[in-house]
Formats: sequence, C-alpha cells, structure tokens
Amino acid sequence: MLQDKDRIFTNLYGFQDFGLKAAQGRGNWDGTKGLIEKGQDWIIDEMKASGMRGRGGAGFPTGLKWSFMPKESDGRPHYLVVNADEGEPGTCKDREIMRNDPHTLIEGCLLASFAMRAHAAYIYIRGEFYHEASNLQRAIDEAYDAGLVGKNACGSGWDFDIYLHLGAGAYICGEETALIESLEGKKGQPRLKPPFPANAGLYGCPTTVNNVESIAAVPEILRRGGAWFSSFGREKNHGTKLFAISGHVEKPCTVEEAMSIPLRELIERHCGGVRGGWDNLLAVIPGGSSVPVLTKDVCDDVLMDFDSLREVGSGLGTAAVIVMDKSTDIVYAIARLSEFYKHESCGQCTPCREGTGWMMRMMQRMVRGEATLDEIDLLWDVTKQVEGHTICALGDAAAWPIQGLIRNFRPEMERRIKEYRARIAA
Amino acid sequence: MSHLRRPAPRELQPTSFAFTPENMDRAKKIIAKYPQGRQQSATMPLLDLAQRQTEGNWVPTVAMDYIADMLDMPAIRVYEVATFYTMYNLAPVGQNFIQVCTTTPCWLRGSSDIVKMCKDELGIGIGETTADGKFTLIEVECLGACVNAPMMQINDDYYEDLTGESTRNILDTLKRGDKPKAGPQSGRRGCEPIDGPKVLKAFCGCGAADQPAEPKDGEA
Repeated sequence: MLQDKDRIFTNLYGFQDFGLKAAQGRGNWDGTKGLIEKGQDWIIDEMKASGMRGRGGAGFPTGLKWSFMPKESDGRPHYLVVNADEGEPGTCKDREIMRNDPHTLIEGCLLASFAMRAHAAYIYIRGEFYHEASNLQRAIDEAYDAGLVGKNACGSGWDFDIYLHLGAGAYICGEETALIESLEGKKGQPRLKPPFPANAGLYGCPTTVNNVESIAAVPEILRRGGAWFSSFGREKNHGTKLFAISGHVEKPCTVEEAMSIPLRELIERHCGGVRGGWDNLLAVIPGGSSVPVLTKDVCDDVLMDFDSLREVGSGLGTAAVIVMDKSTDIVYAIARLSEFYKHESCGQCTPCREGTGWMMRMMQRMVRGEATLDEIDLLWDVTKQVEGHTICALGDAAAWPIQGLIRNFRPEMERRIKEYRARIAA
Repeated sequence: MSHLRRPAPRELQPTSFAFTPENMDRAKKIIAKYPQGRQQSATMPLLDLAQRQTEGNWVPTVAMDYIADMLDMPAIRVYEVATFYTMYNLAPVGQNFIQVCTTTPCWLRGSSDIVKMCKDELGIGIGETTADGKFTLIEVECLGACVNAPMMQINDDYYEDLTGESTRNILDTLKRGDKPKAGPQSGRRGCEPIDGPKVLKAFCGCGAADQPAEPKDGEA
C-alpha cells in the first residue's frame, strides 16, 4: 500500500491552501531551474524511464509521446495543450488537482513545455469547472508574479507563457483533436489523423496534448527520478495513480494509490467496502463509463492497471471506478450511458451520429424488456457497426458498455424480455 | 451536439448588444491570450462573457453578430459555435439555473430523488422556468464530481453529496433570496471519505502520516 511520502498530490483533499506559499511548503517549485538546466533530452529520458502511461484514458507512454515532437523548430512555434476537459462519467480526479494542488500542474506545464521546446501552454478546462478554473488562474497569476513562469521562467532563460481556456459543455472536446478545434474557436469535432498533433496540431503547429494528472506528476517524477516512479506497479504499468471510486461503496472518495493495486483492496481499504459487503457486489465499471463492465467474480482478484484490465476485456481508462451493488438495475445503468453518448456525439460521423441514437433507443426498450430475444444479437451487431468506424473513439466508447452488458448480463436481459412477452401474451 | 439547439424566437431577441466598458477590457485581455491572427480562438470566452452580461443569462443572436464583428469572422462561424456547446443558453433562463446531473454515477447515488425534489418544490418540469423567473430546471450529463454524487450545479456553484432534504434546504434558501453554502452538503470538505481522510492525515491536520486502518473484509 502506498505511503504518504510517495504521494504526489499531498493537498488532494484541500485541507491546506492551494496558493504558492503553501505549495512551496509541500515541495512544489523546488529546484525547478536545476531540472531545466539538465536539458530536454534528460527530461524526456527520465519520463521514459518512469514508465508513465498517459493518465487521460488511452494509456500511451508519456515520454515516448513527447519524443515525437520535432527536436528543432522549423519556424513554427511548439505548443503544449493540457486536457482538463474532465468529462468521462465517473471521473473527477483532475478537478482536485486544479482546485487544490494547481501549482503541481503549472510547474509540470513549464517542465513539459521546455522538454518539447514549447514557449506556450494552453490548459483547456471544462467550462463547468468555474471555481477550479478560478483557483488555477489565481495560481498562474502568482507564478507570474514570482517569476516562476513568464519571461526567463525560474531564471532558467526559458520564456514560457501559460493560458487557461474554458470549454462550454461538450464531452467530445476531451478527444485531443476536437479539443484543438475548440481551442481554435470552432465546433469541437475531431480531426482525421494523420497528421498527428505532434506534426500539425494547434494552429497547424507541433502540439502535444496531455492529461492534467500526467503533467502534474512530472515535477515530482523529475525531482525523485524516473526509477522512483517506476518502482510502483507492475511491469509496463508503473507509477502512482489517482483513483476516484463512486457509486455503491460506503465512503466514495478519490485517493492516490500505487498502480496495480487489487480492485478489492482499493474498495475495502479506502472506501469502507461495497455497500452491504463484498458479496453484495453486482458489477464494477473500472475506468470511467467507456470501458466494459466487470462482474463480481472478475472483481474478486483483478488488479487495477492497464494490462490487467485489458486481459479481462475492460480497461483502466481514467481509473474512475463505478461500483454497483445488487440493488442496481444494471440494464438501466448502461442504458443511461447510452443516453449520455447519444447526447455527446458531435454528429460528424454517420455511424456514431445515427448509431448512438439506435443504441440508446434499443437500450431503453431493453430496460423494460420490450424487445424480442434476437434483438439482443441485433443490438450487438449495431455496436459492431459503430465500433471502429468513426474518426474518434466516441463511437467505440458508446459501443463498449453495451457489449460489456451483453457479454456479462445477457441472462438478465433475456429474463426481462421473457417476462415482458409473457405479460403481453396474458 | 447532435440534438437541436436553435436560437430563441425573434420576439425574444433584443435588437442591440455591446460589451460594457469593463467587459470590453476583459475581452481585450482574452483576445491577447492567443497569437496574432488567431483571434477566432476567443470566440468561446467572448460568448461566455456576453452570456454573463445579458439579463437572463443567455446569448442573443445580436451578441453573436457583435462577437463576429469584433473577431473579424463570418457570423455563421460564431452561430455554429454557440449552437454546438450546451453551456451557451440560446434563450433566457431563470435567475437560478439549476442543472441536476443524472448520469449513471449520480443516478446510482439517488439523483432521481433530487430531480423529483426539485420538480416538487419548484412546481415545474425539466426544461421549464418558474412563473416568477427565479428558477429554471434542467437535467445535465456528468459534471465531473462523481465521488460527491448526487450533485447539481446552480449558476457557477456545485452542490454535492445531496439528499432530498438538503436539496429542499438549498431551494428554500434560494427562494428567500439568500445564497446557500456551495460544495458538499454532507459536512465533508471535498473528495475525502465522509468520515475524514484515511491517508494524508498529516497534510490534513488530522493525525500522523500514513497508516490507514486495516481493511475489514466486506466492511459494511
């Protein structure tokens, strides 16, 4: 179990002030200039050595992603864009960093931008996070006043500006190219890749988009060394991680733990257990709404990391753990997610625009059992028509929860249909 | 967004719009955040500014035209942004704009009760505004406060860890014209467990560093 001395986000719960003085008391901005003086290659190598995989959901190795940025500028500026559009249902970890520990993020922006030869970073924060944005902006202002960012940031000789940009209620802007479109003042509709943002991102310039948690962990990783970070978690699944556990646990909370912690231990150690006890567990969505649901027997011993959850047909995603006890109408729980994806589809790709509506309407009938048994297979087929046939992963994200439901809870769906048919026959 | 979002009917639309001098200063600072020639990036923050300035907390079409002029863009480019993002209200809303999250994590913790309490207490349905113009009620998708579910947003504030009773208290306070305390209504500060932090105690001023209680098997 992770000890406090190895926790990066020590003001996660906001009992201390978020401002600069208190942040420095917690170790933020300690020796930042020295880290910059070690050079770009050293920073990227340490990030590679840390084994950090992106904390926004896809789990792509962060150091490797950074290394895709051009080593020399061809005249175009480079940009770091921070994805703070936290909107994946179940996910509420970046919020805590921004409102309680914003200096971890600002210092991380400087170090990451320097490593990628960017003189400017934009943080794209969801518009509903008004107070989080307000705290973060105050922290940015303090950092400017203290000379930590701006011209000759931290006395390092590197000029660095950092800006906040508020979204306005579109889940799709969490997709990196939609986010870039939105930052350019357009509808948030994903771009076709290639070109990848590292070649042509914001304003057509080399850009890397990283999640808040990934960037905010960077200063501590560089101070303590990549080897420290990689000492937590299993091979290829390293580091500490924020887990947000919601739903039917006794005490929902967000906590920083070591990667690869068993799901059961996470729930029982930090959340007071499943409501009504472990045997009252029905299912868990382990990584935000987009990943398939797990049944209890899998939850008994699954580890919370990218590869372990992939092996059981789900994913770590954002590590937002949604717990459902036996009182849950599991078909409705997933149908409500279908409604979410229908609402959030940007409408650009036909399979997603039309498919999310089809899936939602079929799921709403499945909740009541108003269907025929072979429509379960038809629904499965619709998810397969959407999955993999859209520009971005929203189509997949809409399909996977339903596939997880059919794979794991088909008997429950069939029971409802049979009961409904018996009722109308009578 | 793939559902229809259309501007308010003509009879509701004012015929002129201009930023106040204060907001004009803000607008200039916003535009300066983006590189020369990339002023289109300011579209969203300026729409937000216009909404905050407009009585009824919405963006009239004339404000979109004004922003298009200001940023030297075709008006249609501003219209398509304003109609795409759901936080821009395209018609006036009540003084207290209540958005109850009903996505799965909130639903699991009882958001249906919160919606029902709002409907009962305000005497309106989803998407409706009270006759006195004080309250508008809508359901929204995940607001990213899931460990503090169920929750609702009223104007800029989150109200979390709601129960039917605390929801009623919040509405009563607003009806009296007072401002209820935002944040978790359960007594906890943020996203720590309800009975206090189990980790980071030394950082929370509530105990020595480190060791949480041993887990109890199937603790209820």
